[in-house]
Amino acid sequence: MVDNMSVLLLVLTVMVYLVGSICYLFFFVSKKELMSRFASFVIWSGFIVHGGALLFRALEAGHLPLTNLYEATISFTWLIMLLFLFVEKRYQLRSLGVFIVPLAFISLSYALLLPKEISPVNPVLTSVWLGIHVTLILLGTAAFALTFGLGIMYLLQEKQLKSRKQGIFYSRLPSLEILDDLGYKTLSFGFPFLTLGIITGSIWGKYAWGTYWNWDPKLTWSLITWLIYAALLHGRLTIGWRGRKAAFISILGFLSVLFTFVGVNVLLKTIHAF
Amino acid sequence: MSIIVVGLNYKNTPVEIREKLFFSEETLAEPLGILGDSFHIKERVILSTCNRVEIYGKVSDISEAFLKIKEFLSKHHHFPLKELEQHLYCYSDLEAICHLFRVASGLDAMVLGEPQVLGQVKSAYSIAKENRASGYILNSFFEKAFSVAKKVRSNTGIGSNAVCVSYAAVELAKKIFADLSDKSVMLIGAGEMSEQAARYLVASGTEVVFVTNRTFERAEKLAEELKGEAVQFESFLERLVLADIILCSTAAPHYVIKKDQVKSVLKERKQKPMFFIDIGVPRNVDPEINDLSNAYLYDIDDLKNIVEVNLKEREKEAEKAEEMVVDEIKSFSRWLESLESKPTILSLKKKAEKIRQQELNEAYSKLGKISEKDKKVLDSLTQALMNKMLHDPIVTLKKRDDSDNGEEYINITRKLFKLDDN
Repeated sequence: MVDNMSVLLLVLTVMVYLVGSICYLFFFVSKKELMSRFASFVIWSGFIVHGGALLFRALEAGHLPLTNLYEATISFTWLIMLLFLFVEKRYQLRSLGVFIVPLAFISLSYALLLPKEISPVNPVLTSVWLGIHVTLILLGTAAFALTFGLGIMYLLQEKQLKSRKQGIFYSRLPSLEILDDLGYKTLSFGFPFLTLGIITGSIWGKYAWGTYWNWDPKLTWSLITWLIYAALLHGRLTIGWRGRKAAFISILGFLSVLFTFVGVNVLLKTIHAF
Repeated sequence: MSIIVVGLNYKNTPVEIREKLFFSEETLAEPLGILGDSFHIKERVILSTCNRVEIYGKVSDISEAFLKIKEFLSKHHHFPLKELEQHLYCYSDLEAICHLFRVASGLDAMVLGEPQVLGQVKSAYSIAKENRASGYILNSFFEKAFSVAKKVRSNTGIGSNAVCVSYAAVELAKKIFADLSDKSVMLIGAGEMSEQAARYLVASGTEVVFVTNRTFERAEKLAEELKGEAVQFESFLERLVLADIILCSTAAPHYVIKKDQVKSVLKERKQKPMFFIDIGVPRNVDPEINDLSNAYLYDIDDLKNIVEVNLKEREKEAEKAEEMVVDEIKSFSRWLESLESKPTILSLKKKAEKIRQQELNEAYSKLGKISEKDKKVLDSLTQALMNKMLHDPIVTLKKRDDSDNGEEYINITRKLFKLDDN
């Protein structure tokens, strides 16, 4: 019974996120205030059920849900929603949901397709470092998911303003300055977590594999991701990589995150657990 | 009792005639008084703006009132009645209600949906109210018109999106910059439209205004007016780095701001966005500047296009607004019709009779077997009670019917006895 509880709750969550995505879309098109509040309510309830699912999974497995791709993906999605709900409330950014909630829906649907069995963790890998390393990385990349959404919004709004025609996005998206500023905030929130995540991973690697670093594709790609975001931050602070350029790079960065997270496992061979 | 309106507006009356019939707000008390005392319009409101002159009234004889108001307008403004009649429209009842609702909502305005007219109607009404020229009916009528206008504004987009060029520029600035309070404006050259846009921007809270002009005195004068800073025309490029919003309208036959200049300024600003508004004809800002990232350029044609699109949008929204107005007219006129004394007295009697019958039947069944005679006694007892209770209210209603606030009594009666429920 308890075995399936977490999966059951996750299926429910996926459905709620789908409904939420549709609500946000309705709000985006109709611009009705009430719709946005309803959408937000739907997503809040989905988020709570999602949290419940994580809790059940932890109870079933006897450890934090961070030990394989399935667990990492459901936790990752939950962290995205956590940050999204915070940003939405703090900055009253109602249009963000249209770009983030569908992402969460896709991510969680993907997770449900993955093998869900609770596998005993490779004894070499059992360590408190596992929890720290994975949590840091997931939190960092969840923030980058928001940067990604904000980047897309920026590009859409910028295109409208440059074309001098006020199309559907013009009135529905906030000003460029807000989008750019929030993109920067989420980026500078996520970056230290990613950096620390890679460092703790490296320390843990020393224990587990006897070396701080090897050129395993997973590690190489996470380094590439890190370099992209580092370059973006550096460029912004020194020579003003902002606006369109920053939006492009943050989208590129998130694609690199996705490839590191999913693509490497499918296309390349890695000894990294997931 | 009927509501009427007699008036003229910008649609069928040229300004030369409108200004002759204009009432100034300061001296409105006098004509309001005359209209009541000498022309016997019981309740009246005079609405006079640069686009319209209208007199609203509550009257008992419509055609007589029309004549009297026309006569009043002609006498008061020394304007020949014959000529005046060509311009006047006279509406009563539903049409009059519809007219005020549309005027207040901005549906009858020269610039569709403009909000100014609502304020003008409000002040016309409050002047009439202060002078006791309007009474229960017109008060309710105008209050209703304000609530209709509010509803129309909040439920349709009739008032949204700028329909003048300078305001469109400000709205665009707000889509590029979130917060204008830490932004600076530079005004290059002078011109009515750019000055107006600068004023709007200052009113939206921008931090600094730099003003530059070929004639420095002019720049100084305008800077003083806008509480800004005058800059020598020769050196404005040095200050360009500080400006977030640049309004340009000079008489120069060439580009005053070139692409290379902006490119280096942007570099110096670490790519902080710049918004150029070029109102000059011929254009003053190199159009290729729009290709630079973080620079946005709108010229006068772009702004005019936006305004045109917004106007069309308003026209679409106006259709929705008209539908809402129609619904409101129906409900208001139903309420107005209920304020007649005869039907009110009738339903008051009906209600009392219904209660009497119910109570009587209950008493009969409790008493069980009683004689026909006893039944008759009970019947006439209750009848007498009811008639005596209702006698004074009914007499008062009938008496008040001809007085100024008769409708108020009727309305209260209907509410007190809940005659409109069920």
